[in-house]
Amino acid sequence: MTEPDYLNSAYTLRSWFFTTDHKRIAILYFATLIGFFFIGGAAATAIRIELATPQADLVSSDTYNRLFTMHGVIMVWFFLIPSIPNTLGNFIVPLMIGARDLAFPRLNLMSWYLFIAGGSVTLFAILAGGIDTGWTFYTPFSTLYSNSYVIVAVTGIFIAGFSSILTGLNFIATVHRLRAPGLTWYRLPLFIWSLYATSVILVLATPVLAITLVLLATERFLGVGIFDPRIGGDPLLFQHLFWFYSHPAVYIMILPGMGVVNELISCFSRKPVFGYKFVAWASLAIAAVGFLVWGHHMFVSGQSLLASLVFSFMSFIVAVPSAIKVFNWTATLHKGSLRFDAPMLYALAFLGLFTIGGLTGLFLACLAFDVHATDTYFVVAHFHYIMVGGMVTAYFGGLHYWWPKITGRLYSEYWARTAAVLIFFGFNLTFFPQFVLGAEGMPRRYHVYPPEFQVWNVLSSGGATILAAAYLLPMFYLGYSLFFGRRAPANPWDAPGLEWQTPSPPPEFNFESQPVVTRAPYQYGPDFAAEPQNA
Amino acid sequence: MTNWWPPLTLVGSWLALLALLALTVTLAYLPLGSFNSAVAIVIAAIKATIVAAFFMELRDRGARLLIFAGAGLFWLGILLWLGLMDFMTRTPA
Amino acid sequence: MPKGRAFAPQYASVQHRDETAEIGMWVFLATEVLLFGGLLFAYFVYRHANPAAFAEAGRHTRIVIGTANTAILLTSSFFVACAVNALQADARRTCIAMLVSAMLLGLLFLGLKAAEYAGEYHEHLVPGVDFSYVAPLADGVELFFIFYFVATSIHAVHMVIGIAVLATLAVLLRRSASTRMRAALHSAALYWHFVDVVWIVLFALIYLPGRSGT
Repeated sequence: MTEPDYLNSAYTLRSWFFTTDHKRIAILYFATLIGFFFIGGAAATAIRIELATPQADLVSSDTYNRLFTMHGVIMVWFFLIPSIPNTLGNFIVPLMIGARDLAFPRLNLMSWYLFIAGGSVTLFAILAGGIDTGWTFYTPFSTLYSNSYVIVAVTGIFIAGFSSILTGLNFIATVHRLRAPGLTWYRLPLFIWSLYATSVILVLATPVLAITLVLLATERFLGVGIFDPRIGGDPLLFQHLFWFYSHPAVYIMILPGMGVVNELISCFSRKPVFGYKFVAWASLAIAAVGFLVWGHHMFVSGQSLLASLVFSFMSFIVAVPSAIKVFNWTATLHKGSLRFDAPMLYALAFLGLFTIGGLTGLFLACLAFDVHATDTYFVVAHFHYIMVGGMVTAYFGGLHYWWPKITGRLYSEYWARTAAVLIFFGFNLTFFPQFVLGAEGMPRRYHVYPPEFQVWNVLSSGGATILAAAYLLPMFYLGYSLFFGRRAPANPWDAPGLEWQTPSPPPEFNFESQPVVTRAPYQYGPDFAAEPQNA
Repeated sequence: MTNWWPPLTLVGSWLALLALLALTVTLAYLPLGSFNSAVAIVIAAIKATIVAAFFMELRDRGARLLIFAGAGLFWLGILLWLGLMDFMTRTPA
Repeated sequence: MPKGRAFAPQYASVQHRDETAEIGMWVFLATEVLLFGGLLFAYFVYRHANPAAFAEAGRHTRIVIGTANTAILLTSSFFVACAVNALQADARRTCIAMLVSAMLLGLLFLGLKAAEYAGEYHEHLVPGVDFSYVAPLADGVELFFIFYFVATSIHAVHMVIGIAVLATLAVLLRRSASTRMRAALHSAALYWHFVDVVWIVLFALIYLPGRSGT
């Protein structure tokens, strides 16, 4: 008689909303994030419809400001930052390191409630009339000149920030203290290294955002001029504080995606990741050096020339560890026994899209080019290649890879591959034209534009239609699999990781007995089945 | 009541902290020019170190906790270093 | 699966649990360093831009209250450190007495802080509420006092949380001194000392500038 899996251990609402099981909390996060993804996606849809023609036909300029702010705020803070860490990370980290739960399960639940609270407050600000400042809340747009619900929205983000901090804290303590016997640092899957690096950023950058938002709300609420030049304040102080968080936040969004891709590429090439130690340390290098580059968002702001030069130089440096990863993934593919299952298609799409995003980032790190491209669609295309092409694609890849483990069901491989291919083409059709638009000088955040830009905008809006359909597809076949999918075996991919050594879906406390690890990760190959890792 | 007495290290740290407080207030009134603020910050750092080492028992802990305690300070250093670099090297328009 | 154990199933032993809690607390404190760090950065930026105004504003703060409050907090930290030490020596009642003393000192700190705020209000030094100051240094002085009020009120919020935690622990310790309580006291003490350290830094930045004249 085996014990019931985590989904069947209890059925009451209470057993879900007061659970401390990391797997159930991951599901709670997953359901919440689907909602936010669609809200943010709806705003994006409205934006792309408006931009299909050069005139204003759908919304006024003021509504347009609120739409792109809503899109940015929701997607950054309520989808991308929590996406992989809080769903896949929450579910998989303890399984991967052979632990029965995260170090602080109640803190984990509290982080979800904080997230819900922050999300509700921010959604209220949006429903009550929206925010017209852009997601960056630059002063004085957000203090002197905004007539929208800035303080409410900022309060929501402040609360959600503590949810991030608790998640990071939990992962750090878990990885340090709860690894299975024999699981040394260099035997950890690279997904763990990535999430550890992500957690370092979450813990050290988020509080600076919190205090920045407190200062912003103080200025707006009391009418004092913390960042107001009229009393000697400096608006650039806000930008420095904001980007000290928000640039590392970009690495919060991409590092977990890189972590997922390690697992996928290794599994579907049937080889260990090439240069394991380099990839592992590259994650931490990105986390550390990522804190030294924030000023590249401020090249045209009037910061000192020396600061611009230093930040530009650092921005080139931070590309090195990312490049190490891309080269090592490519080397992993080399002479591998490649299988093109759906997760692998997502991983390969990530590889291409992230590389384009990363290389165009180097353009923007260049002072001379950035002066030309600042606040154009080139920047918009660049960061969408990283965040959507990179992170969201990796998220979908990871979701498909671990779906059998999470739900115990197999999805339709045919439809999953179709969606992956559609996402890749739809994404490129949406965002590649934006590089052209930006290079030709179309500024971001305008809802009308000169007619000569229309061709590229129509292509982009057409691509967005394909992309939207492709993002909806998994809803159907993954949803279908929940009820009618075939039962998944414990290890559908013949992978050696600890998470595959326990039934799908896993029992409430993950493992029947404490696993013991005796070797490095990613030992694919003919002999791995004969040598069970689970002692 | 059991016969518990506070350990000498704690008493010593406490007295040292109070002495440093008296010292820093006194020195603040001496005309040292630009050294006044440096002295205030150095003494504050010494006091903080005493609290961390003895009250927070960091001196008995391993390298891992020292790194955790130092990480916050190190990143604060990054914020101050790169942030202030801009404000200190601006050329007046 | 393990049910009815003294510690949660992800841990191998009580010691394993408590060491993990200590790590978690230190990570949290690193977070707190950066929370106040953003304020320190703002302070240094504006002090660099307005050195004379910051010196003059510093002279308007009440150094007697500031110094007394620093001594009070240092002493309360000493008591909390003693409380941890006493509980290790199984002197539970001494431990509770130490915690109560630290709490009372914390309340005294907040009382003095309130008196200080009231004084500043009467001198029209509260930006956004009632601020008037003669030129030419008014702008810089206002920036100083914005920093002063934001930093000290966030510190005071930390004090209130700390006092509440110490009170809870003092009440629970009257009933029992389980290993769980020892770990909780240890974490609470780390937090209290940290809030003390923040004040040590704020004291040097707020009360000491400009005392030597010029």
